[in-house]
Amino acid sequence: MPELKFLAIGIAIGLAAIGAGFGIGKIVAQAIESTGRNPEAHGKIFTMMILGAALTEALAIYALVLSLMILFK
Amino acid sequence: MHVSISAEHLFSLFGIPVSNTMLTALVASFLLVIFSYFATRRMKKIPSGMQNFFEWGIEQLFQLVENVMDDRKLAFRFFPLIATFFFFILVSNWMGLLPGFGSIGFYEHGALVPYFRSATADLNTTLAFAMISVIIIQIAGIAALGFRHYGKKFFNFSSPINFFVGLLELISEFAKIISFSFRLFGAVLAGEILLTVITGLVPYVLPLPFMGLELFIGAVQALVFVLLTMVFLKIAMAAQEH
Repeated sequence: MPELKFLAIGIAIGLAAIGAGFGIGKIVAQAIESTGRNPEAHGKIFTMMILGAALTEALAIYALVLSLMILFK
Repeated sequence: MHVSISAEHLFSLFGIPVSNTMLTALVASFLLVIFSYFATRRMKKIPSGMQNFFEWGIEQLFQLVENVMDDRKLAFRFFPLIATFFFFILVSNWMGLLPGFGSIGFYEHGALVPYFRSATADLNTTLAFAMISVIIIQIAGIAALGFRHYGKKFFNFSSPINFFVGLLELISEFAKIISFSFRLFGAVLAGEILLTVITGLVPYVLPLPFMGLELFIGAVQALVFVLLTMVFLKIAMAAQEH
């Protein structure tokens, strides 16, 4: 059944988005909290936050690339 | 709407297939060379205009490298590589937002084959970057620690646990190649698809904020690539604890 393809894509990208959303939410929340505690360290915290967010976001991007490959192959 | 995951084949040169991303990679390199030439053509002690702007950019990037590497000598050694990665990826990412990219081309078998496609929206380009980065990381690790000491990270027969940990380390080195290449490729390709979809839904005004988002993401992805390269370099060169 080729229609199941679309269901698979939806599930894959949806689950990945849930995971990445939780992860990035936690990272940014912690970064904001630490900036509030120590505003002078803003630059370093921001760099680490972007790094962590990008690492987490990458997991969602893998799912996205996979679903695109399923969709257009 | 048609989206192609892989780069489109344009023509063959002496039997070597040339894709549209190879063309734009060349264009991006030429742009960088030309900009650098004009920025450094009349170097002055007190910079102004273009030289000033470029010095500012290089200085900002160098400060970042120095901060992450935590060592001025190491920063000087790896800065050329890091800066090349950064500026090439940045220019490639941003070039994909120019009008004409993905829209000017010719029809072949009923599908549009664009002349231009952002160089980083091709897995081959990003895979090449990732492999260069990971191989340099290994070389730096060996140069800093010596072949035996660095190899002990991966092949350690002192105990079953250490052997298993080494195996995992070995796998994680190969996973780095995949994560480096898929992250950059996925982010750029997703941005292009997002812009295509939004332009298809509402052609006026609405794509504008998304263009801004893509500018931001292009810069962040270039930054993330070099940041991760630097962090892995540092980890590879750090002596292991026993």
